[in-house]
Amino acid sequence: MTQDIYIVIEHLRGQVADISYIMLAAARELAQSAGGNVIAVLLGHNAKELAANFAADQVIYLDHPALADFTPDAYQKALADLIQKNQPRAVLFGSTSIGSDLASVLSIRLDLPLASSCRSFTKDGKFVSQICGGKIMAEGALPSPTALVTMIPGGYKSEEGKSTQPPTLTPAEVPALDALRVALKNYVEPQAGDVDIAKEPILISVGRGIQNKDNIALAEDLATALGGVVTGSRPVIDQAWLPSSRLVGKSGKHVKPKIYFTLGISGAPEHVEAITDSDTIIAINTDPKAPIFDIAKYGVEMDLFDLVEVLTEKVKQAK
Amino acid sequence: MNIVVLAKLVPDLVEELTIDANGNALDSSFARLIINEFDDHAIEQGILLKERGGGSVTIIAPDAEGADDVLFTAAAKGADRLIKIKGDFSNVNNHALARAFAKVVSGIKPDLVLTGVQAHNDLDGALGPLLAELLEMPYIGYVSAVSINGDKVLIKKEYPGGLLAEMDVQLPAILGIQAAEEPPRYVAVSKVRQAMKTSSIEEQDASNLDPCGGSAIGRMFQPEASSHATMITGSPDEVAEKLVGVFKELGIV
Ligand SMILES: Cc1cc2nc3c(=O)[nH]c(=O)nc-3n(C[C@H](O)[C@H](O)[C@H](O)COP(=O)(O)OP(=O)(O)OC[C@H]3O[C@@H](n4cnc5c(N)ncnc54)[C@H](O)[C@@H]3O)c2cc1C
Ligand SMILES: Nc1ncnc2c1ncn2[C@@H]1O[C@H](COP(=O)(O)O)[C@@H](O)[C@H]1O
Repeated sequence: MTQDIYIVIEHLRGQVADISYIMLAAARELAQSAGGNVIAVLLGHNAKELAANFAADQVIYLDHPALADFTPDAYQKALADLIQKNQPRAVLFGSTSIGSDLASVLSIRLDLPLASSCRSFTKDGKFVSQICGGKIMAEGALPSPTALVTMIPGGYKSEEGKSTQPPTLTPAEVPALDALRVALKNYVEPQAGDVDIAKEPILISVGRGIQNKDNIALAEDLATALGGVVTGSRPVIDQAWLPSSRLVGKSGKHVKPKIYFTLGISGAPEHVEAITDSDTIIAINTDPKAPIFDIAKYGVEMDLFDLVEVLTEKVKQAK
Repeated sequence: MNIVVLAKLVPDLVEELTIDANGNALDSSFARLIINEFDDHAIEQGILLKERGGGSVTIIAPDAEGADDVLFTAAAKGADRLIKIKGDFSNVNNHALARAFAKVVSGIKPDLVLTGVQAHNDLDGALGPLLAELLEMPYIGYVSAVSINGDKVLIKKEYPGGLLAEMDVQLPAILGIQAAEEPPRYVAVSKVRQAMKTSSIEEQDASNLDPCGGSAIGRMFQPEASSHATMITGSPDEVAEKLVGVFKELGIV
């Protein structure tokens, strides 16, 4: 049993995910109250160089051909073995496509407690989770002996998890990775859209509040008047009201426009994490408690159907 | 193909959420419950698989206000068997639920179990992967396409930015569905009413609800935002006028 904080590094096709650096920054805060070291756990194959800029006291490196790309089975086996042997104080996973396939399974397999959706740690080492679409925070003592934690972005800057000083890399033994029940076949590239929303300066973004496909035209008209393009939240894309190339958020694109104008978007964490680099966020929502108002510069508490057409006309007149 | 879909009811986020008197949990008596939106996708994916390749779809939901509605709606869409799990689920964690569900699900001997990818009120992981490990099945989440291929399924798993990974998964398995291949179908209320007459809900008791493995919550609170939008008020006309002023300031009109 040690007081060390482990971070399961996420990487995809040679690229370290931002959440890994955010977790390194979080681990530093937690290590200060726990009194241990910040230890990055890198699983991969010929991937050592990915660790060069980790702000970690040490990197434990598990190298194996079956770990080259993420598959749940192989990663679970390798991590279960390591956690059982070393018994750190906490292991941080991304609340992501990778981390979510690992943490819950390991909690049962290793009989270790799990806290999910953690956004930050307090000075005295409590976890603070954000749930219910950003409307509720929950705080609790870090469970013992080894806490498994899944983390969402928002509480730390990824720059704080980077260092110019390469950390020491310690190879660790990888257990037998056989009888795997999941195999990666290949990657399918995202469908290219007509525009790259990550590069557009003016985005009119619609959420579930737009109600149906026909109403998208309202947003299109406003976008045309302003010289922008229409994007959407996940429910809008999942209902096929807009193509997937227009998805903003955790599973879609990160955007950084001059103006991000939301119509009926609540501001769930999975949406917000991808829009915080926007210069000016303007939000229209009927719910005064919608989390989007906490990050918008300007807000309008109003039914979008009362406002959008009027606004489009006024913009046209002003041009 | 014996397909099981787990459906969960969650507080509707459009309503006001209330924290209970102890200050460490949501007050479930105030919340209006709706189906977790990803479960709608899981049900849709289950029905699509049945339509393509045959088999049966069983929907399991915990006893909660609105559960019957969720179950009968699924029946109207084409689900074959409806099970309601009885027990006191107010503020029960997912570790406890997974243990309770493990018994019920293994009794059905499914080839494939579908859950929603996650729910917005999780504090101790998601039911799907917890259950998968208890049942010694593989689990994959963030899934947005499934096709059955003998004793395996070929799935598409979502990564950020629209990238997908195609993976082969040995059956029986549990998948966390992010999105069905088609938007969840709409069923008319009349069809749901008809389903109420023609299908029945089986009830099963949840055995021990042991919460161990979860994490204790000391305090729940509404976020104190560090900033808030400058609110623009007035009639739609006035608001539009002021917004045009903002656009002018930003140099876009
Ligand atoms: C693994 C995972 C990945 C995800 N990835 C993404 C992602 O990439 N992008 C994303 O957006 N989401 C993502 N989500 C979903 C996310 O959690 C939220 O469910 C989603 O962002 C909510 O979208 P919304 O704001 O449009 O809808 P809602 O949360 O339903 O909000 C609708 C809002 O519209 C308002 N409204 C309703 N009617 C009107 C009206 N007439 N006028 C004005 N306002 C009105 C309501 O008050 C409400 O605030 C993901 C979720 C998971 C679990
Ligand atoms: N109480 C429950 N009853 C039925 N299904 C559930 C329950 N809790 C979770 N699930 C399933 O697990 C998915 C993920 O929810 P969660 O485990 O809460 O993240 C849900 O979308 C459901 O499919």
